[in-house]
Amino acid sequence: MRKAKHPPIFWLFLAPVLFAFLMVIVVPFVLGVYYSFTNWSATARIGDALKFIGIENFAKILKDSTFTYSFMLTVVYTLLNMIAINVVSFGLAILVTRAIKGRNVYRAGFFVPNLIGGLILGYVWQFIFDHAVPSLGTMLGIAAWANPNDLILGRSGSALIALVIVGTWQYAGYIMVIYVAAIENVPQDLIEAAQIDGASSLRRLFSVIVPMMRQAFTITLFLTLVNSFKQFDVNYSLTAGGPSVMFMGKPIYGTELLAMNIYNQGFQSNDMAGGQARAVVFFLVLAIVSIVQVSGNKKKEIEL
Amino acid sequence: MRTRRVGVAALEVLAVALFLAFLFPFFIVIVNSAKAPFDITQSPLSLPKHWGKIFENVVSIWTSPNIRYSTSFASSVVITAASLVLLNIFASQAAWVLVRTKTRLSAGIFVAFVAAMVVPFQIVMFPLLSWFRDFGQMAGISLLRSFTGIILAYIGFGMSQSIFLFHGFIKSIPLELEEAATIDGCRKWQTFYKIIFPILRPIHATVLVLNGIWIWNDFLLPLLILGKGNRIMTIPLAVSNFAGAYVKQWDLILTAILMAMVPVIIFFLIAQKSIIKGMVAGSIK
Repeated sequence: MRKAKHPPIFWLFLAPVLFAFLMVIVVPFVLGVYYSFTNWSATARIGDALKFIGIENFAKILKDSTFTYSFMLTVVYTLLNMIAINVVSFGLAILVTRAIKGRNVYRAGFFVPNLIGGLILGYVWQFIFDHAVPSLGTMLGIAAWANPNDLILGRSGSALIALVIVGTWQYAGYIMVIYVAAIENVPQDLIEAAQIDGASSLRRLFSVIVPMMRQAFTITLFLTLVNSFKQFDVNYSLTAGGPSVMFMGKPIYGTELLAMNIYNQGFQSNDMAGGQARAVVFFLVLAIVSIVQVSGNKKKEIEL
Repeated sequence: MRTRRVGVAALEVLAVALFLAFLFPFFIVIVNSAKAPFDITQSPLSLPKHWGKIFENVVSIWTSPNIRYSTSFASSVVITAASLVLLNIFASQAAWVLVRTKTRLSAGIFVAFVAAMVVPFQIVMFPLLSWFRDFGQMAGISLLRSFTGIILAYIGFGMSQSIFLFHGFIKSIPLELEEAATIDGCRKWQTFYKIIFPILRPIHATVLVLNGIWIWNDFLLPLLILGKGNRIMTIPLAVSNFAGAYVKQWDLILTAILMAMVPVIIFFLIAQKSIIKGMVAGSIK
């Protein structure tokens, strides 16, 4: 008797996830790409009203100053965030892999912010920037902090830095754990050999340990890149996109990152097709950048 | 080696300073949850006059009909628990048949699932809403503003990574184990639930932690599927409804935030090692 290639149990066990996959990912994805080439809106959802309009939505995006601004802002934010998170977490990892007392407590402490959702963290930091910092400024006599009419979140430049501070605080402990694992995986005899050869501890770090950590760097750079690029929650609760700035002769949101720009285009401006076209661009940029970044870094990894 | 000891001491001082700096926001939340509105704006950095005020604030959050914290808490528990249980069952059984069926179709399905991990939420969020509404009307169930819809969405968005993790683990389980069970007369599904499922315990823990932290804290998906001001709210939704209001009652906002943090922190203190391991394992693999 010939055994069935795919017995009933194969389909039975796959059925629930296949259903969820189709409902939540496949159908919305295909519809979403299609809608970005149409006049899709709350009134033109299906039937004759829904019309194919080619690349009109994409042409409009290129001329839209809010998208241009958000895009540039997101690139700047992503770069700053990647640098800040990786520098801080690498430093923390070095610190907690040294022979200091209570290093497990420190590791846990640095990790904790990561357990709390970005939305809630954003509100906590809004309170800190709006109330605790001015109060601290008064106590320490730092005039730049003390003025309640000139808050950090009140100007778009410093508000962007505030987003980076919160992003770093939230994510550094997580990335630190990846670096710690990588540092602890470096063969001890390599480090000892370098030590016997007279390498200083700084030299051992940069000539022995860091080159052995290439794979970890691929992961951490990828994670920080993607997560910074997709930031929404902290943006929503900390700055809500504000304060406004003048850009190309128009007042627009000063700290509206791309994910929020897509959201606002769809729900605030009620331009679903325009929001969807932005999302398609967002997806393509994210995909291209991640592929380039990962394959670029993979080349530098050392295979043992 | 005197310099060395001085070096270590300096590092320890640095570690303590950084540790305190990292926990400073939590300090701010705790001390200000125990203050009256006036004290908060006057001296946000000082210790509270009466710690007892914290209980007053907690009670007023918990019982406030505007914030609906207690019902949101219950909804968050239901959504997280149901999504986790279903995700762990569905993803592990799917991963098992995908590992054990060596056909091109099986491999193709697995690749499709894994590829979905790179799809950002933003590209599916608008069509997901209209599709859920249309499908719900066709099928006569409500997927928007309902537990069914949001749990289905969490299974859909969480399954790729979960299946990937189970898949990697199941590959390392020797096939002989299952063959022995078959000889003993086990049916296929029994083999999975009686033999394999218990072996998966460590990876179940990873999948639970990874998805649990995400679902509990998630904001955008519940905002879209459940909507603002709906009967069903999650804690992040309730906090954002309340904290996003024009007049900021920081004493109560920070208390609500404290109450949202405490369950996660307690969970972390109990299972710290497996949480860190689980959360990091998910991203590295």
